Amino acid sequence: MNEQEQQLLLEIADDELILGWRDSEWTGIAPLLEEDVAFSSIAQNEIGHARALYELVARERGTTADELAFDRAPDEYRCARLVELRLLDWEKTIARHSLYEEADAKRLERLKQSDDAEIAGLAAKIDREEAYHRMHAQMWFDRLKDEARFTSALEELRPLLDAGREDHTQELAELWDEMTMVRRSQPAGTKW
Amino acid sequence: MVTAKQVWDALAEIPDPEIPVISLVDLGVIRDVDVDNGTVRVGFTPTFLGCPALEVMRDAMAERIRALGAEPQIEVLTDDSWSTDRITPAGREKLRASGFAPPAPREASAPTLVQLQSNVFRCPYCGSTETRLENIFGPTPCRSLRYCTSCRQPFEQFKTI
Repeated sequence: MNEQEQQLLLEIADDELILGWRDSEWTGIAPLLEEDVAFSSIAQNEIGHARALYELVARERGTTADELAFDRAPDEYRCARLVELRLLDWEKTIARHSLYEEADAKRLERLKQSDDAEIAGLAAKIDREEAYHRMHAQMWFDRLKDEARFTSALEELRPLLDAGREDHTQELAELWDEMTMVRRSQPAGTKW
Repeated sequence: MVTAKQVWDALAEIPDPEIPVISLVDLGVIRDVDVDNGTVRVGFTPTFLGCPALEVMRDAMAERIRALGAEPQIEVLTDDSWSTDRITPAGREKLRASGFAPPAPREASAPTLVQLQSNVFRCPYCGSTETRLENIFGPTPCRSLRYCTSCRQPFEQFKTI
């Protein structure tokens, strides 16, 4: 796996990890009980995808998935600005979900064609799971597509889809602080 | 010397941590078993990559293999060659009897919302296909929630992967 491929996998893994954390923030407070269940499940899947992608890169770099996920500084992450925002509006959350799933599907299609069989195989497995996220996003898109608040959220967030991979918001630093707090409370090498 | 059959038999006693009515072997997630001298290599694929039971399953398999006097080597395979079609007929029946509708067969392309919203999924309680999608997601990533309008019973539908 060359350096460029590793970077691409890290970008995707970082997107999935950070979005997973953001999606999990709806657990317990989503506007509908069914959406508590849905976003919690989506979050869990995204973090599972991040883990599998980090593991491929970690093997190449002689490190571990956990070290890649939690031991880098916030400015070393390569996630898009879209996923790092703490969105507390439902319409913005759904707008992000729609934009992200659409872009992620295109990215996975390309990755499935990779010459590296392991990357292609993992992308195909991830895509099977993402199909359910896309259906969920589509269902909400159809429900909200004529609402002005939703369409303006789409326009506001669309430019952030591929922005800021090397230039992050303060919100990522705050999330990183929460996300790594327990891990940082113990000396390196602690077995959990 | 431990044999592959002994290993398969031992693994068949491990219940799925989230749906204990079915064993890991019936769930089809154990892909292959190779016995080489004192080492047993097991290849296995989680239903969903984010499955929180991954570590529990890995430890349970390792423990059973050690109990047979062999050294376990558990390899997690994360490619697309596993699908829910590998759930055994016995496994599907155990799922159904416990109120989990077994997954529909995998098709070349991913399932669509229209398919999930159609009346082709059978209620595991009364057998009616008058069922509707309640939630694509459920208590674990591998399940959806449906409702049978015939016997008025909600049930869990195993997702197709």
